[in-house]
Amino acid sequence: MTETLLEIDNLGVDYETARGDLKALRDISFDVKKGEIVGIVGESGCGKSTLISSILKLTAPNTRFRNGEVRFKGQDLLQNNERQMRSLRGSDISIIFQDPMQTHNPVLSIGAQMVDIQHRSKAAKADKRATAAKMLAAVGIPDPEARLDQFPHEFSGGMRQRIAIAMALMSEPDLLIADEPTTALDATLEVQIIERLHELQREMHCAVLFISHHLGVIAELCDRVVVMYAGAVVESGDVRAIFHDPKHPYTRRLIDCDPGHIKERARVLPTIPGEVPDLANLPTGCIFRDRCEQAGPRCAAVPPLAGIADGHNAACWLNHKGGVS
Amino acid sequence: MSLLSVKGLKTNYGPVNVLAGIDFEVAAGETYALVGESGSGKTTVIRAIAGLAPAQEGSVLFDGQEIRGLPERALRPLRKDIAMMFQDPVGSLSPRLTIGSLITEPYRIQGMRDRDLDAEAKRLLEMVNLPAHFASRYPYQLSGGQARRVGVARALALEPKLILADEPTAGLDVSVQGELLNLLNDLRERLGLAMVIITHNLNVVRHVADRMGIMYLGRLVEEGTTEEIFHKSRHPYTRCLLSANPEPDPDARLERIALKGEPPSLIRRPKGCEFRERCPMAQEICTQTPQWDIQKGHGIRCLAPLS
Ligand SMILES: Nc1ncnc2c1ncn2[C@@H]1O[C@H](COP(=O)(O)OP(=O)(O)OP(=O)(O)O)[C@@H](O)[C@H]1O
Ligand SMILES: Nc1ncnc2c1ncn2[C@@H]1O[C@H](COP(=O)(O)OP(=O)(O)OP(=O)(O)O)[C@@H](O)[C@H]1O
Ligand code: SF4
Ligand SMILES: [Mg+2]
Ligand SMILES: [Mg+2]
Repeated sequence: MTETLLEIDNLGVDYETARGDLKALRDISFDVKKGEIVGIVGESGCGKSTLISSILKLTAPNTRFRNGEVRFKGQDLLQNNERQMRSLRGSDISIIFQDPMQTHNPVLSIGAQMVDIQHRSKAAKADKRATAAKMLAAVGIPDPEARLDQFPHEFSGGMRQRIAIAMALMSEPDLLIADEPTTALDATLEVQIIERLHELQREMHCAVLFISHHLGVIAELCDRVVVMYAGAVVESGDVRAIFHDPKHPYTRRLIDCDPGHIKERARVLPTIPGEVPDLANLPTGCIFRDRCEQAGPRCAAVPPLAGIADGHNAACWLNHKGGVS
Repeated sequence: MSLLSVKGLKTNYGPVNVLAGIDFEVAAGETYALVGESGSGKTTVIRAIAGLAPAQEGSVLFDGQEIRGLPERALRPLRKDIAMMFQDPVGSLSPRLTIGSLITEPYRIQGMRDRDLDAEAKRLLEMVNLPAHFASRYPYQLSGGQARRVGVARALALEPKLILADEPTAGLDVSVQGELLNLLNDLRERLGLAMVIITHNLNVVRHVADRMGIMYLGRLVEEGTTEEIFHKSRHPYTRCLLSANPEPDPDARLERIALKGEPPSLIRRPKGCEFRERCPMAQEICTQTPQWDIQKGHGIRCLAPLS
């Protein structure tokens, strides 16, 4: 059995707002093993970024941790103080934010920032600069020496994303957390990044927690997939099981909506009718019930996230004896 | 006549030649997609059209009027007809304003004081499928996809004739993305809206664009109808790009055509065909400079095009 690196156990997180508490994450549980690549997919606003900012304790001021633990190498990160977290971030755990501007300081040159993050190294400044230039070249940025003196706004959107990736990989972390790191990359670069992450997995046993809406990238990159809906995990399993034999109606609809399956031009693209529930005013019963075509009387009760096959879990009554009736 | 006509557009940042002469036209009601390598100048093209990036040479005709190099004062009335959706959704929203004031800001800028702004905010939020109570939130309280939808609502506020959209669906889940594309398709049909859309999502392009231009190193290397490009592309770069697109199937085995080497310098552009060093099909003739060759609306810049 491979060693578990990250364990998220019953995590519950709220945002306090003028309209009341937003239950942004509820009973989130899953693991990431050493050297494993786990994808997180789910609708926009379902709590993916909240989850990773909670893991790293980089949350907005109105965040309240309600319950649960986040264990990294067996130690509960939620009990750590800011100093302990800071020493983890950027060494054992690296992060690529959804918004690259969260990574880059707008008033410092890219070169200065890439030298700064090597503060743990004893190398001379000139060597650190050379390392930085090499990293830029490795992610396909031309004229790397000259570009070190430029500021973030002088790079294209995809270049900023690639620089964020390069910076996150510099420390050779045990765990890389990446929030939609390839949205501004063309398909050839996207494939190069997938290959680079596979290489790190093979050679360094680096584990990756990878958020993306691009199901093609998830299918090609990940070993396992966690599917979230409205702040909860509704399904998790091996990447093949999720794509070929999904057991939750939301997962099935999500995959059906991917225009990657539709090769001829469609006038109207498929969508999931209905609206996501209000997190400040949660409905009773199954969280997907309002939008689910298969809902039945039993769905008025919350279905547990239950095992279906080895490592494959889903929260839907359809997988239980007796079904939804 | 085209609604938008771009000719010989060139942009330099210091010694760096970012756009080396861009030509394309967009008709009223048409959707034109710009796709291509990250860093090839797509964002610069639409920023230059909107007067937000420099363009030292060339011409941008909107509705027959030259708009390149107009001062901000002269551009302001045009901002009603030309709307922008920015690549960076959160960064482009001012952090101090509520979502309600952000999406109705275009009315205030245009001095349209007779509008009921609360009602407009509600209408616009509904259009992009966000609940009305989001009007009182601040940008940092939104998810990435929600911020993207606010950008869309803001761009649609004044019912523009032309939308310049930079990655409008990046960061949206496939269902919301479908909703947004259906909405844009619908506006195009009802209002004759024209769009220039930049996207890396090849699955999206197929369904929204009428025509598309493929960019490499600050130039268009191929242009044609979306059908032509997906089924009969002739430029090796286009083939590489299309072949790379990951499929939503873990067992898919893709026959990818890999690019060679590294992206070339923009300070010293390569001689001959600028794609030559990275082209898997390069031949001896490619040391010469390819010219833009257009036949039956399908344009290509290549000395050894594929059949
Ligand atoms: N600081 C905050 N205060 C109040 N609500 C917030 C705050 N930050 C996020 N939210 C809300 O919490 C929910 C989860 O947001 P989150 O950013 O985690 O979503 P996400 O899954 O990352 O979405 P996306 O795919 O669009 O990036 C959303 O409904 C969002 O509007
Ligand atoms: N303000 C600026 N100053 C200097 N160089 C710039 C500036 N803006 C853009 N550039 C450079 O121009 C080139 C093209 O950038 P642009 O943002 O147009 O690319 P893009 O095709 O949109 O790429 P992406 O797909 O990554 O967003 C890049 O080399 C970029 O670094
Ligand atoms: S539990 Fe019922 S409502 Fe929920 S997903 Fe399953 S069938 Fe649909
Ligand atoms: Mg997010
Ligand atoms: Mg761009």
